Amino acid sequence: MTSSANRTWTHAWLMLAPSLALLALFTHWPAIATFIDSFYSTPRPRRPSRFVGMDNFEQMLTDPVFWQAMSNNFWFAVGTIPVSIALALLMAIWVNDKIAGRTLARMAFFTPTVLPMIAVANIWLFFYTPQYGLLAQVLGAFGMNSPNWLGSKDTALFAVTVVAVWKEAGFFMIFYLAALQTVSPSLAEAAALEGASRWTYFRRVQFPLLMPTTLFVLVNAVIGAFRTIDHIFVMTRGGPDNATALLLYYIYQVGFSFWDTGYAAALTVVLLALLGLIALVQYGLLERRIHYR
Amino acid sequence: MSDVYAPRGLARILETAGAWLLALLWIAPLAYAVWTAFHPPEFSTRFELFAPLTLENFARAWEAAPFARYFLNTFVLVTVILACQLVLCTLAAFAFARYAFPGQTLVFALVLAQLMIMPDVLIVENYRTMGRIGILDSIPAIGLPYMASAFGIFLLRQTFKTVPRELDDAARVEGATPLQVLWRVYVPLGRPVYVAYGLVSVSYHWNNFLWPLIVTNSVEARPLTVGLQVFSSTDQGVDWSIICAATLLTAAPLLIGFLLFQRQFVQSFMRAGIK
Repeated sequence: MTSSANRTWTHAWLMLAPSLALLALFTHWPAIATFIDSFYSTPRPRRPSRFVGMDNFEQMLTDPVFWQAMSNNFWFAVGTIPVSIALALLMAIWVNDKIAGRTLARMAFFTPTVLPMIAVANIWLFFYTPQYGLLAQVLGAFGMNSPNWLGSKDTALFAVTVVAVWKEAGFFMIFYLAALQTVSPSLAEAAALEGASRWTYFRRVQFPLLMPTTLFVLVNAVIGAFRTIDHIFVMTRGGPDNATALLLYYIYQVGFSFWDTGYAAALTVVLLALLGLIALVQYGLLERRIHYR
Repeated sequence: MSDVYAPRGLARILETAGAWLLALLWIAPLAYAVWTAFHPPEFSTRFELFAPLTLENFARAWEAAPFARYFLNTFVLVTVILACQLVLCTLAAFAFARYAFPGQTLVFALVLAQLMIMPDVLIVENYRTMGRIGILDSIPAIGLPYMASAFGIFLLRQTFKTVPRELDDAARVEGATPLQVLWRVYVPLGRPVYVAYGLVSVSYHWNNFLWPLIVTNSVEARPLTVGLQVFSSTDQGVDWSIICAATLLTAAPLLIGFLLFQRQFVQSFMRAGIK
């Protein structure tokens, strides 16, 4: 008995070993090492790394660019998450109905998902170009002046937020579409017999049934808000005047442009803490959902 | 399928119009890229219906950057990552789905941690690790952090759990080893999920940018996305025709694949999304 149990355990561990080794090497250990590094100074040619306690975090408190990046990331999240989820839901409901050209619309919504963000950022760059860019031409046709979308501090963050919404909404639509197709048609018939309006049906039947999907999409959208930065490289490089510097982009700058790895580690700890917080909230929400069921 | 709540009359017209307007907005960047890439540069900001067509921009883009090399790099990268992911995730998922061993819950939680803490977030530390191993600026360095995938393990574990125990037991009675059971029973039954996961993985790594940008600095290792960025930031004035042609080149394989297999693609994504 014990020997056969031992043998199955050995089998299980052997099958897990390669994955666990890689995860430990590239996820768990770097996370711990980042935490440790955040208490050390950046090694320089003449000055090796030394323990500095909370210095990196104190530097952060007085670093205006860090606070700017945090506030940018906050507004970027506030802009992308609800809008992309609402649009995804709207798209899914539209292409789930039998409207003309449904397949084409579905395809159009989903296309941004397969396009590399770095590539489409180039095209959006043209849309936002002052004077002769597409937006400027369209606004010009209505006799309006187009602002310098990416060049002005007031509009740059908004402009990159729009691109992120465009990129993500179609991806989230797929999950809503999948969920909508599992809703039993007899529910709609029953609701219609009761004389419920379409809006009531949506509000009282469809939307509650979509709650698990909304949660899943929400978590993805929140993580995305802290990870989606590819277009920043092409469109603004964090500028003008750090108006579009998001947290991960700032980590990249500090770590790989200024080579200040100690400070970058401290910034990464903040990002990890934020993601951990999201994980906890998600866990709490999912728990409740399981009880609900 | 019941249509009691399908829009009718005016509502139907309005909704169709709304869906079409939104679809038009969503396809506009791609439509613009196609227009500009196939027309001479002077039409890149001027839209005339009968502007002459040309393939010149593609030829110029192809010459302006070592695209052949970038394509090869991306192709190798995506293939190697997918192959390793499929093998590693299958083994790990099988262990989680069909074995009970001490510490399983904790180990599974450690795996799922990667859903939150993607390698993209730990760029500084992972860069250092690659330096220590001595493989900076190589294709394995781009791929290694992604080869064990929590998403893949989770997805396959869910699938394997639905395989009836009887099938498993029958194979074992016949004298099959665990690996034979996995290969003959579980893998064939999981085929749709493998397709879905493969599509997600290929499109993710074809499009991935930040980590490859950091870890590569030579043409020999750079994938398409990084090559494209270096390409578009040259200070020769902005040549939209070349940029659009290069953009289409980069996205073409996925885009063509998507157009050809649109239905399967979307359905696979949907299947992968059901948790």
